[in-house]
Amino acid sequence: MTIEDEEIDLLLNDVFEIYGYDFTSYSRASLKRRIIRLCALDKFPSFAELRYRIRSEEDYLKRFVEEITVNVTEMFRDPSFYKVLRTDILPILGTKPFIRIWHAGCSTGEEVFSMAIMLHEANLLKKSLLYATDLNPSVLEKVRKGIFPLTQMKQYSENYIASGGTKDFSTYYTANYGQAKLNQELSEKIIISTHNLVSDGSFNEFDLILCRNVLIYFDKDLQERALKLFDDSLGTLGFLALGSKETLKFSTIQSRFRQLDKEKIWKKMI
Amino acid sequence: MEENDLKNKFKVVVIGGSAGSLSVLFEMLPALRTDLSIAIILVLHRKNSADSSLSALLSTKTLIPTREVEDKDPILPGNIYLAPADYHLLIEKDYIFSLDYSEKVNFSRPSLDVTFESAADVFGPDLTAILLSGANDDGTEGLIAVKKTDGFAIAQKPESAQMPFMPQHAISNMEIDLVLDIKGISDFINSLATH
Repeated sequence: MTIEDEEIDLLLNDVFEIYGYDFTSYSRASLKRRIIRLCALDKFPSFAELRYRIRSEEDYLKRFVEEITVNVTEMFRDPSFYKVLRTDILPILGTKPFIRIWHAGCSTGEEVFSMAIMLHEANLLKKSLLYATDLNPSVLEKVRKGIFPLTQMKQYSENYIASGGTKDFSTYYTANYGQAKLNQELSEKIIISTHNLVSDGSFNEFDLILCRNVLIYFDKDLQERALKLFDDSLGTLGFLALGSKETLKFSTIQSRFRQLDKEKIWKKMI
Repeated sequence: MEENDLKNKFKVVVIGGSAGSLSVLFEMLPALRTDLSIAIILVLHRKNSADSSLSALLSTKTLIPTREVEDKDPILPGNIYLAPADYHLLIEKDYIFSLDYSEKVNFSRPSLDVTFESAADVFGPDLTAILLSGANDDGTEGLIAVKKTDGFAIAQKPESAQMPFMPQHAISNMEIDLVLDIKGISDFINSLATH
């Protein structure tokens, strides 16, 4: 099935005007793929039918948002990144009386729980707050439950060890009926809320903001908006962490940040 | 946007490869003219790791600037771009790369089909897509998309491939414009520069 770019414009206008979700500044190449994929998944014979269904059924809009945003994530993804957080960043944060961390675009929360585990091991979880936000309420429901497929745990355990973890990873969850429920103590410091990087503003000042593999779905202008929002939400000497192929090099905020040696972690200098 | 000014002024070659394709590139890259006014995009199946040493290794084989793509990098002639491991590589209408971490396609990320289809959408008749050695069927659907938008599709001659399955799959299932051995492929790319 082929979809014209003008048709995508029409659809995005509908979604914005009727429901208030603004996807018009998302990366068009990725969005187009996701829409074509959705048409195939839900067997729409034509684009017009997809459009009609979205316009007329609010419940279907929910599915549309879930399916065109990418919610693929894992615990301790890029172990070398977590190793640097563990060895270089957490000791600095640990000198503060109170630690505020924002996971922006957290999806189903695997990275938030990875952070909670590292804070727990560094004995810092008690004085930390982890804000987990996403535009999509249904993925946040999964964060709230803290339940993940048991089949993923082997990979996550390997990632955890590669990131410098030394405990038995299986002590962090209870296995039941093919599901792994993460320990309740990991959830206690996680604050869950919807937040849309397209339209919402700064809501706190943080010591560390993580937004990994979210900006890749935005066009350059929206990336700039989000990065300015992060800049506004970071205290001086706070840290910003992006995905391994994301960059500040196209942004005006770059001049106020200094990148750490290896990983995609920047320190706000002023 | 400044990138728009370059639109339709240069040709683009997207090369997709899987098992056995690295040795093809090692032979092919040194044979390429270094004054090519085209952009070359490499999409290779490889192990999932953040390791970026492959672009450094490929750089030793050619004087054409070669580097791994970061999100939103512009596509400019005279450069070789390598898709990073574990992301799909997409192309925007204004000749900018976008990365995508969505589900694997054909058990692969990056998937050759995904980049071929996206490149076909943007570059149309200015695109040549080349499918190298490999042991799976990724790439064929993408080449079909390239043909649909009047691009040019080339498969590596299966007898010259360590793993003939992937190019053979395309040859058997669609209308390939040319089937070339390794030297034939580098000669073809060099000829694009003079057109």
